[in-house]
Amino acid sequence: MATDLPNILVMGPPLIFPDFQSQYSHSYNFLTFFASSLPLPQYLSSLNILPSSIRAILCNNMQRVPADLLRSLPSLALLVTTTMGTDHIDMPECRRLGVRVATAGGSFSEDVADFALGLLIDVLMRISAANRCAKKWLRSELPRNIPPASRVGGKRVGIVGLGKIGTEVAKRLEPFGCKIMYTSRTKKSSVPYPFYGSAVEVAAESDVLVVCCSLTEETHHIVDRAVMEALGKEGVIVNVGRGSLIDEKELVRRLVSGEIGGAGLDVFQNEPLVPCELLSLDNVVLSPHAAAVTSESFHHIMELVAATLHAFFENKPSLTPVMQD
Amino acid sequence: MESIGVLMTSPMLSYLEQELERRFKLFKLWNYPSFSAFAQSNSPSILAVVGGTTIGADAQMIDSLPNLEIVSTFSVGLDKIDLTKCKQRGIRVTNTPDVLTDDVADLAIGLALAVLRRICEADRFVKNGFWKKASPELGVKFSGKAVGIIGLGRIGSAIAKRAIAFGCPVSYNSRTEKPETGYKYYSNILDLAANSEILIVACALTKETYHIVNRKVIDALGPKGILINIGRGKHVDEPELVCALTEGRLAGAGLDVFEDEPEVPEQLFGLENVVLLPHVGSDTIETSKEMAELVIQNLEAHFLNKPLLSPVI
Repeated sequence: MATDLPNILVMGPPLIFPDFQSQYSHSYNFLTFFASSLPLPQYLSSLNILPSSIRAILCNNMQRVPADLLRSLPSLALLVTTTMGTDHIDMPECRRLGVRVATAGGSFSEDVADFALGLLIDVLMRISAANRCAKKWLRSELPRNIPPASRVGGKRVGIVGLGKIGTEVAKRLEPFGCKIMYTSRTKKSSVPYPFYGSAVEVAAESDVLVVCCSLTEETHHIVDRAVMEALGKEGVIVNVGRGSLIDEKELVRRLVSGEIGGAGLDVFQNEPLVPCELLSLDNVVLSPHAAAVTSESFHHIMELVAATLHAFFENKPSLTPVMQD
Repeated sequence: MESIGVLMTSPMLSYLEQELERRFKLFKLWNYPSFSAFAQSNSPSILAVVGGTTIGADAQMIDSLPNLEIVSTFSVGLDKIDLTKCKQRGIRVTNTPDVLTDDVADLAIGLALAVLRRICEADRFVKNGFWKKASPELGVKFSGKAVGIIGLGRIGSAIAKRAIAFGCPVSYNSRTEKPETGYKYYSNILDLAANSEILIVACALTKETYHIVNRKVIDALGPKGILINIGRGKHVDEPELVCALTEGRLAGAGLDVFEDEPEVPEQLFGLENVVLLPHVGSDTIETSKEMAELVIQNLEAHFLNKPLLSPVI
């Protein structure tokens, strides 16, 4: 049933959605398309809602926003994604149609960088694995059924993508005594770390790779078999970018066969599905795309989304920060 | 030196065991039912003791070894060695400072991140298959949190340096103020706890610092605070800590040490906001090897009448 409230098509859904929905149910009519198995046109007609009444979408990366969906909403003007990345959105089509895409911008950079460091230290020093052993400590002489821990200090760390997140990762790594280097689309002249033109080159000089770049056509499988080969048997990979930045099948194969030292993975090619071979490995630390998930970032993004949608529908500039394009 | 009797108190590292065996006549205490059983037949043979964090060289042991010349501990902590007795007897003591400073500092930060960002919990969540049915819980942001360090020695300073890179304001409590560091000093540990969100124990264990983290400090740290202990278990009133955690009066804890290792309070096992480690502190391959080498070099220097590398007495 149509109401007077502006319609917002919700896809994903974003982690904030349940809270956002209850807080703003008097301001917007949320169309919970993410919960429907119908294609969009049938979903809307089942609710007697005209496609032309939809001016805004709220989403995250759990569902793709493809060209045909965008084209089916003639009045669509704003797409709000609670993510930093836009790889789930057909951006060229948005540009073509004049749909503004609002993202979380750099809001999560610190949280994601913190998490990358947490995964890196955990994998090298075997924190999660040793935590599992603590219960058995009393009963065994030495709980050394875990792979041996390795120093963080002195490790050569190659950052794949020195954008907002990569920069924060590098800053945090410095006092740990790591040798930092990077590969990125372009060399950053103001940065003191050695630059390498490709992922293979940086991997050859690294003990650890931290993958933080955005996912594009160019960076799909940027960490491929050649890169993993160059990194070597003792190498460790931390991924807080997107699952498809790594050839996941090849990574799993190498982890199982011992051709790579370990991995800290927050993202996967087919979330929430995780290759089952990884579930029993002590040299692998896994997390459910949680690198940006803190109560601070949660509340921050709630405010940003609220201000952005409010300014849009009121057609007035916002007095508080809104999301970046 | 192959006839020199060296007593190793526990199987702390196989590399160290092998190297000691190659150079000296090595006795392994864990192969005997008790210290007295060992001492009965072997005490005069022992010129050196290699101690560790579980068994060091206490008064009873020192008294039973009439020819003991040197105690070389595989640790930086000296709390398991009766230093007074050693001084009286003219026994030299060496430890393993500096080589493990970075590892322990790294672990302190790693533990704080693990607790605040729920990393171990996340690993369990995914590995137990829960992601298909549920979303991750919200963690607490680490960057920018107020870090309070108890003890600004080698390890405390290394922790401070790392915390700063995360934008964390650092304050500390120490025996003496160190104004050259630029960090905020609190002469009263309660004030330190009250002004910290993450409290890290990094001092040496002495009579003065026994139970330095007691009920009052825990209360001052408060329900949003987390405690990280990479010092010694006895720095913390463990029953009080367990109570505070089970009652929710503390937001979480990361503990590498316990009052009565290897016993870990069972009530802590079920708590998602607590990360427990079996005293791994400086157990990386690289550091263990360097510590072992320092122990050996100190022993060799002593028996060759050369200056000790890392003497305490």
